[in-house]
Amino acid sequence: MTTERGATGGGMSVDPTTLLGTGGGLGRQVLVTSIAVLGGLLVGALLIILSGALQPGGTLDFGLPLVAYRALLDGALLCEEGFQDVGILCEEGGVLDLRALGNTLNASTPLIMTGLAVAFGFRAGLFNIGAQGQFLLGAFASTLIGANLVGVPFPAAAAIAILAGALGGALWGFIPGALKAWRGAHEVVTTIMLNFVAALSLRYLANGPFRDPGATFSRTPDIQPGAVLPTPIDGSPMHWGIVVAILVAVAVWFLLFKTTLGFEIRTVGANPHAARYAGIRPRLITILTMTLAGSMAGIGGAAEGLGITKNYPAEYGTSYGFDGIAVALLGRAHPIGVVGAALLFGVMRAGAGSMQRQTDIPIDIITIVQGMILLFVAAEVVIRRLLPAARARRVSAAAAA
Amino acid sequence: MTAFAIGRFASISYRAWAVLGVVVLLALGAMLVDIPYLGGFVDWLINRVPPTFSLIVQYATPIAFAALCGVMCERSGVVNIGIEGLMLTAAFVAFLAGAYLGPVVGTPWAALLGVGFAVLASMLLSLLHAWLSITIKADQIISGAVIIILAAGGTAFFNQLLVSTSGLSGTLILPHLSIPREITTIPFLGPILLALFNQGPIAMSLIVCVVGLQILLFRSRWGLRTRAVGEHPKAADTVGIDVYFVRYRNVVLGGGFAGLGGAFLTTELSNSFQDGMTGGVGFIGLAAMIFGRWTPVGAFAAALLFGAVQSAQLTLRIPSSAPPGELGELVAALPPEFFGILPYLVTIVVLAGVVGRAIPPAADGIPYDKESRS
Repeated sequence: MTTERGATGGGMSVDPTTLLGTGGGLGRQVLVTSIAVLGGLLVGALLIILSGALQPGGTLDFGLPLVAYRALLDGALLCEEGFQDVGILCEEGGVLDLRALGNTLNASTPLIMTGLAVAFGFRAGLFNIGAQGQFLLGAFASTLIGANLVGVPFPAAAAIAILAGALGGALWGFIPGALKAWRGAHEVVTTIMLNFVAALSLRYLANGPFRDPGATFSRTPDIQPGAVLPTPIDGSPMHWGIVVAILVAVAVWFLLFKTTLGFEIRTVGANPHAARYAGIRPRLITILTMTLAGSMAGIGGAAEGLGITKNYPAEYGTSYGFDGIAVALLGRAHPIGVVGAALLFGVMRAGAGSMQRQTDIPIDIITIVQGMILLFVAAEVVIRRLLPAARARRVSAAAAA
Repeated sequence: MTAFAIGRFASISYRAWAVLGVVVLLALGAMLVDIPYLGGFVDWLINRVPPTFSLIVQYATPIAFAALCGVMCERSGVVNIGIEGLMLTAAFVAFLAGAYLGPVVGTPWAALLGVGFAVLASMLLSLLHAWLSITIKADQIISGAVIIILAAGGTAFFNQLLVSTSGLSGTLILPHLSIPREITTIPFLGPILLALFNQGPIAMSLIVCVVGLQILLFRSRWGLRTRAVGEHPKAADTVGIDVYFVRYRNVVLGGGFAGLGGAFLTTELSNSFQDGMTGGVGFIGLAAMIFGRWTPVGAFAAALLFGAVQSAQLTLRIPSSAPPGELGELVAALPPEFFGILPYLVTIVVLAGVVGRAIPPAADGIPYDKESRS
């Protein structure tokens, strides 16, 4: 059971089989993941009851969680009572609110991309904590290029800007990949450090050399109209980013499971020694995987930059990159799973504001719920891994007796 | 054994000395270019720099405690990237306990009790990390991420619920300890002693923790066992050391150090709490641990270096404490982010092996499986 130490010379490395839960069929995986999600929501419900009691003049109200979660769904998907709902579906007595749904999809878009960035790394046995920095690089590069594409029409300008974002993210993935392959520096530590380097240096750039002189707060200039990702549906804030994200997810699925390169990546993740024996160069795969993973997070940053913020604010308080870790794990590092997990987290993100407005429960409850889901996923994977071992132990004990 | 310990000690010194040497060489080079400048520079070094030592120690204290937590965990083979979360939790618990207990037990005691509760809270959260990574054998990076997310969400949630709406304010901060006035008049050495010991109880205890842990880690039975478990758990197991127990103990005790570092922020440095106020100090602590090659004294030296860099962005930019001449102008022209990035860049460089590779304990991050044959 020695964990592969690879070329690092230093301890920790990711064992994909423990992360991806290869044991059990699809149905079982869905079941176990659902249990983790339910567990997270249950802990959230307990905290909601507690927070109701802690509020001034509050009492223990065991119905409050249902009210709160209903308010969350209102803000994320459903037609909200008492609020003006834009969108045809609501007006015709429908259930789905296009405006809320658009916000949910927009919140899911960057989560899909950073989730893919982390998941893609897992497949090659790499722990890419750097999605946050890669996301920021992508947002900065895309908005900076987008601001300078004067007179370039829509699809071309947006495509160029997204490409710039992908390249920016790729650079921030290449660095830890190269440091791991050539110098043996562990990617977990280097990516953590690079996240801070990215945030601080981009803050400096947006505050100084690239600051928009006309803006009231420090930010880069607004992007040109041609680079803006349009909102195709009337009354819905949804922009084209979600389509890009789904397309990339499909491409990642194809790359991982239908191409030679994908096979090589998964082989390196499963067993680098065997991979080398089979003529695969693990170092090259390491660099390639990190670079591609970085470009995915970079596209996420580009989608957010071109669709939502339209510029790069110097104080960019976002946690999309870090949330990508939870999304990738909940999605079992599979592109389809990642999309599903990102949609779930998107619902929580988009609906939390509505929940706070209606029930006075702090918005941060969703962070706790996400943390608990991740905790259950982390514990659950291992419980399953321990099952065969426990059986084997019983067998050997029986043999000894 | 002695030779080994000295060798290890020398190896961290080499790193610290190398950095110091480069700094001195640069300073000398700057001086050689302009000889009359020398007088002004020496004057600055003797009269303007020592007053900033106190600030450097204040910056270095939470970093160093985070690094000590890292050393405790990783020397026994458990990676802990959740230190940031432990510190945030501790900072919040210390603040909350101080605020609630202030009217009941009086000011200095409330803060002290707050520190106690903070250490307990941090140790409890560490127990979760220990359980996940040692017993459950979950991925230690994921476990660390869980702790960071839960701490960020939990502190922000209860901060909004209990503090923001009620306008609860923290108790008074822990008083600084006074040391004899005669000591401060000693040139150069006086300010150093003043900086290290004219602090609140947490910052003052840091130097004791560092030296104590250094001696224990390399000279005691506990230290030998810890290092054995971190380097080769199977060998340790065969001579009768309980690998799981040693790891549990180290992770939980290490959490205590992180708790002290977190409590420092809300009981000694200030008496208020803001969401995410640790601002990456736990990660800089990891960097200091790596830069200090997983030794307490080395990590402390690295924390001082990083603390100096962070305080430099404040002190070197105001005219009264800026170095004279062109060096002063150069420092004043550097963006503040430059000083913020330096600790992270230095760590990447060290990990890449450009200045002499940093090598973690051999079994760092690998769950120990008693049943396995390898």
